[in-house]
Amino acid sequence: MSEFQSHALVLAQQSTGLPWLNEAKQACADQWQTEKWPTRKTEAWRYTSLQSLESTLWTLPSDAALDALPDELMALDAIRVVFVNGHFSSQFSSELPASLTLFSQASDAEQQAILAKFNQVAKVEKHLFSQLNTAALGEGVFLNLRANQRLEKPVYVVHIHTGSGASDYVGSRLLLSLETSAEAVVIEHFVTLSDASPMFNAVTEVDLGENAKLKHYRISMESEQALHLGSVHAALHANSQLTGFTLATGSRLKRIDYHVRHLGSGADLDLQGIYLPKYNQRVDYHTNVEHCVPHCTTNEVFRGVISDTAKAVFNGRIHIHQDAQKTLAEMSNRNLLTSNRAEINTKPELEIYADDVKCAHGATISQLNDESLFYLVSRGISEAEARVMLSFGFVNELVENIAIDEIKEWLRPRMAKAFGQSDDVVRHLIHDESID
Amino acid sequence: MFVSDTMLKINDLCAKVEDKEILRQLNLEVKPGEIHAIMGPNGAGKSTLGNVLSGRPGYEATAGHVEFKGQDLLDMDPEIRAREGLFLAFQYPVEIPGVSNMELLKASVDARRAHAGLEEYSAIEFMKMAREACKTVNLDQSFLKRGVNEGFSGGEKKRNEIMQMMLLEPSLCILDETDSGLDIDALQVVASGVNAMRSADRSFIVVTHYQRLLDYIVPDYVHVLANGRIVKSGDKSLALELEAKGYSWLENEAV
Repeated sequence: MSEFQSHALVLAQQSTGLPWLNEAKQACADQWQTEKWPTRKTEAWRYTSLQSLESTLWTLPSDAALDALPDELMALDAIRVVFVNGHFSSQFSSELPASLTLFSQASDAEQQAILAKFNQVAKVEKHLFSQLNTAALGEGVFLNLRANQRLEKPVYVVHIHTGSGASDYVGSRLLLSLETSAEAVVIEHFVTLSDASPMFNAVTEVDLGENAKLKHYRISMESEQALHLGSVHAALHANSQLTGFTLATGSRLKRIDYHVRHLGSGADLDLQGIYLPKYNQRVDYHTNVEHCVPHCTTNEVFRGVISDTAKAVFNGRIHIHQDAQKTLAEMSNRNLLTSNRAEINTKPELEIYADDVKCAHGATISQLNDESLFYLVSRGISEAEARVMLSFGFVNELVENIAIDEIKEWLRPRMAKAFGQSDDVVRHLIHDESID
Repeated sequence: MFVSDTMLKINDLCAKVEDKEILRQLNLEVKPGEIHAIMGPNGAGKSTLGNVLSGRPGYEATAGHVEFKGQDLLDMDPEIRAREGLFLAFQYPVEIPGVSNMELLKASVDARRAHAGLEEYSAIEFMKMAREACKTVNLDQSFLKRGVNEGFSGGEKKRNEIMQMMLLEPSLCILDETDSGLDIDALQVVASGVNAMRSADRSFIVVTHYQRLLDYIVPDYVHVLANGRIVKSGDKSLALELEAKGYSWLENEAV
């Protein structure tokens, strides 16, 4: 066992809530101890070091008071579910509809429903940090939509870390179950209110029944000291539709995995991602899409702007099983390096075992285009502002595709500021959309 | 307002691109209010002239002097040249997806006005002006919200250049083969945009291959650029003569 592995076991022992989940928690704790700890020679961790996890005695933070919700949140007419340091905040959360249950408040029947779904989509035996997530789980959210049920408002799940804790482990679980033809919009947002260095371990499980539709947004913009090990696991049944969007700024360690399985014909995945590490930050996205049955589609687009001495990893795998005829799958990963010392390791992988499919994948790495830069400068725009505009434009194309205007408008200025601190260079990208 | 009676004065300008000498002791003087057409065979250096004047990286002036409104032009960074009122309408306008036309326009006009010590237009004020400019060049207002030149046709790109020019209100406009690839309708739109901007304190250098454009934008002077220098100058009738006789009779003179 590595140092971190044994430290983390203490977290599991401290996490005494949710006794009805003990069996699953114990199983994961057991497996966690036997896992061979990844090193830089482990393929999935080749470019991302787990060094920052070591030598900290991680602890479960206690509940923290919050005077008010931070301004940083999106102005959304939504069902708000707020967690502060991993603890549910009834004060700042909306009244939860019957379809939305906290694990800690689940009735016997709801516990049974959760148990029936829990770790069914997430293959914890294959995903190291989901094991830890399970073993140390203290709270979770369960969205359970029955056939044809539609939520009137989006569900906005906010994870706030506050305080100075340099060893706070913040685990969370979101379990989304949409039965036949149910529809929902879910936004997950991770926020830190100080320069503390918590570790988020956030696992999302998505089970989409026939013809169900989910729009899922996952925004990870914590302080650069924060660590984030997250994963989204989704199972798509016939004709279901998952529209996913994820954005991550960089930090000391940020690793986010998407595992999506097409299990019923006609399922459709649209996944768009943006990563923006700068300074000495890291971001690592690993995605794995399994086409197990015929007639499913995947459109995956990830773009990154990597600045200064930052490093990013994109590893996108699409696996088309022998039976998955008539698959349409496309994956594109484009990277913009704005400094000579920035680094990207991109690895698009298509594994195709069926013979009648249409698949394409591509990866590009480029620098700012001189011609575009001169075009802007020749209009009187300073070179600094022109650089910000071009970096912003590179990823803004994906933001423009977001179906919910409030999210788009919230993201725009924050994304612009990720490229330039001073108002001079971002103000023309941050404007009032209402003037037109 | 500037007081110099000369807009642009080029003396013995030499320039090279990637170690190749393109301009060889070129001389040209443009006074306020004048329109100068520059014609000439392929490879004569017509586009190089616009690029050197606007400060495009890779186009290096190796000798000579250029005075723009009484100041040393070659000493200025490209964005300062633009803010001082020099505008180059690109032969191949660049597509910048993800940045809207409106964002580019506001940023550039703000920069020019701040440089001149003028107050910025408010967002609402500027939106009105931009819409007006759209109308003049016959572009739908939706073009303001679209990515810069993104998916525009050739003609739309050129009209977009003219729209930028109208909003920037430059002192010296250099049109680099703005007529290339335009049908007759688009050509007329471009020309009427230019003509609407003619004024006593604004000058134009119109670089073109074809006499046709000069039927719509009537120049005060026509120059023939060959082998990196101006080998013949005349009035608009010279353009007609070139159309009839070609350039070969002049190229010999240049050597």
